[in-house]
Amino acid sequence: MLDLRQYNCLGEALRAGLARWPGETCLIESDRDREKARLTYRQFREAALPLARALQEAGFQKDSRAAILMTNQSKWLISAYAVFYSGGVLVPLDYKLPFAEQLQLLAHSRAEVLIVEYHIWRALAQSEGFGERKPRLVLVTEAPVGAALEGARRWEEFRGNRHPIFVPRRREDPACIVYSSGTGGRPKGCVLTHENYLEQCRALTALFPFAPGMRYLSILPTNHAIDFMVGFIGPFTCGATVVHLRTLRPEYIRDAFRKYKISYMTVVPMLLKILERGLRERFAELPRGRRQMLGALISMNRLVTRRRPRLKMSRALLRQVHEGFGGELRALFVGGAFTEASTLQFFYDLGIPVGNGYGCTEAGTVITLNDFKPFRADTVGRPLPGVEVRIADPDAEGVGEVAVRGKTVMSHYLDDPEMTAETIVDGWLMTGDLGRLDAKGHLQLLGRKKNMIVTEEGKNIYPEDIEAVFEGLAAKEFCVFAANYLWPALTMIGEQLVLVVHPEGGGALSEEVAADIAERNRRLLNYKRISGYLVWDRDFPRTASMKIKRMELAEQIRQAASRDQMVTL
Amino acid sequence: MPTLDATIEEILNLAAEHFHVPRESLQPGDDFFQKLGINSLQALGLLTRLEQHFGIELPDYELQGVSDFRTLAERIQSRL
Repeated sequence: MLDLRQYNCLGEALRAGLARWPGETCLIESDRDREKARLTYRQFREAALPLARALQEAGFQKDSRAAILMTNQSKWLISAYAVFYSGGVLVPLDYKLPFAEQLQLLAHSRAEVLIVEYHIWRALAQSEGFGERKPRLVLVTEAPVGAALEGARRWEEFRGNRHPIFVPRRREDPACIVYSSGTGGRPKGCVLTHENYLEQCRALTALFPFAPGMRYLSILPTNHAIDFMVGFIGPFTCGATVVHLRTLRPEYIRDAFRKYKISYMTVVPMLLKILERGLRERFAELPRGRRQMLGALISMNRLVTRRRPRLKMSRALLRQVHEGFGGELRALFVGGAFTEASTLQFFYDLGIPVGNGYGCTEAGTVITLNDFKPFRADTVGRPLPGVEVRIADPDAEGVGEVAVRGKTVMSHYLDDPEMTAETIVDGWLMTGDLGRLDAKGHLQLLGRKKNMIVTEEGKNIYPEDIEAVFEGLAAKEFCVFAANYLWPALTMIGEQLVLVVHPEGGGALSEEVAADIAERNRRLLNYKRISGYLVWDRDFPRTASMKIKRMELAEQIRQAASRDQMVTL
Repeated sequence: MPTLDATIEEILNLAAEHFHVPRESLQPGDDFFQKLGINSLQALGLLTRLEQHFGIELPDYELQGVSDFRTLAERIQSRL
């Protein structure tokens, strides 16, 4: 493991990693069960430097911005290294966003280079407005032979012949602009510095070290701050290997565990639940005798891992379960959203610790993490070394807004001093989440202060964003809220959205309008649907420009109505 | 090669079977995420089923930006 205190920027740290372990494998890329690429650290360097040179020859320099729009694959990481080597700022964009939003963020970031996979580029190039918004240089990977690229260049052929110039950056300089999801029309470009990443990496690898020979299976999008850290910077500064799959299908993920003897993987709660369900079904199908034996072994494992995980012992006790995961799994990490305690306990009892944590892009990913000393399913762990967490304005039970300070907290939101000032107050990042710290320093999350929900897939949903589908409803006015925002429920599980509707002429809601609400709701994606509506017979408080004063309305509703008055859909 | 209409028909039959819904409840223009109330991983499960049926390979990205059965059928048709 490199001592990251010695480096000032990601380019330097990555360069040192590539030089330190030239013969180790850094990347394996598999397309389903077909291995497409396997690169050593030396080969990775040899692939990236000519790209860096070509970028430099094309005028890319210190602080130039390059956006990447790709699925998880080797060219993502090679391109990112070439950008850092040249002193540039990386803008990792979410390949899962609708094309119109990708274009919006691309324009907002003012990236002068776009590195994009062919199939995404093809759709983007056909999108309205691409002509005006496209960066001056577009590099397309994996374009088929003979494909018309309309001015874009082939990534594979974009190579310089001479050695590139390494451009160092300072710790406080921006390294990446990462857009946090659910933008609500207002892009939130978190400007993360080299220091943010180096310090986050130092803290994480101290708790969960990587080493040569260890393999990380990367399935969360690399554009997401979590995978960027644990599926790139972490392993590359420790000599470990990253495995890319190019598919998210559970059957190939299961195969990859066995084939590549995976050490760590990060998942979203939904995938963890799919894995849990699959295992439970397999256990239920066992003959009675074997099922009882398994139950006894699980109980025994629970006993021996009471104080801390004991991987060798667990692998011996529950050999078949562990072989299904390749036999070398050290831990799973879960991120992006809140995970139920029962799921975490299920895996821990099988000898598979799930590193349950809490974080956000604004805090450079991870804020707290369970260190398994001992394992606790009821908290999101303790703050990472070097990260301070305090509870702002706690109530009598100690519950208040979680505030974070430390070297991993972002610099600011790109071009948005107003939102930055609302979010970082006196040096503390206000997360908008409610929690309390227990006597052992563990953080328990107990709901949100802000009006939003997060799905099991890790998607942030802002209620304002889904109001458009109810436009034209035959009602005087309406507004969507997170139910927990109106009526705090001290939980982050089963979060719901509620439509507050003020009928025409006051009084009750007509059957037609109720039916229309249900019909419009069906038009929303399932994870964006409202769970019910609340009939409200007073005028909404509004600003001079007639915008709804949401906080004031929420306060009125909190005073006058309760959750059980909500009509469930 | 089957016609696009025949491909759509086969996809609707398989989707109905895969997600245990009545065949007649599904239409070619339906948004399958909304109609079936499924998430992206469940949609990938359907893609695997369709691959087996048509004997072709459909990369995950073929679902990118696709949400209705007809567009999905067009993507499949181009690979038959």
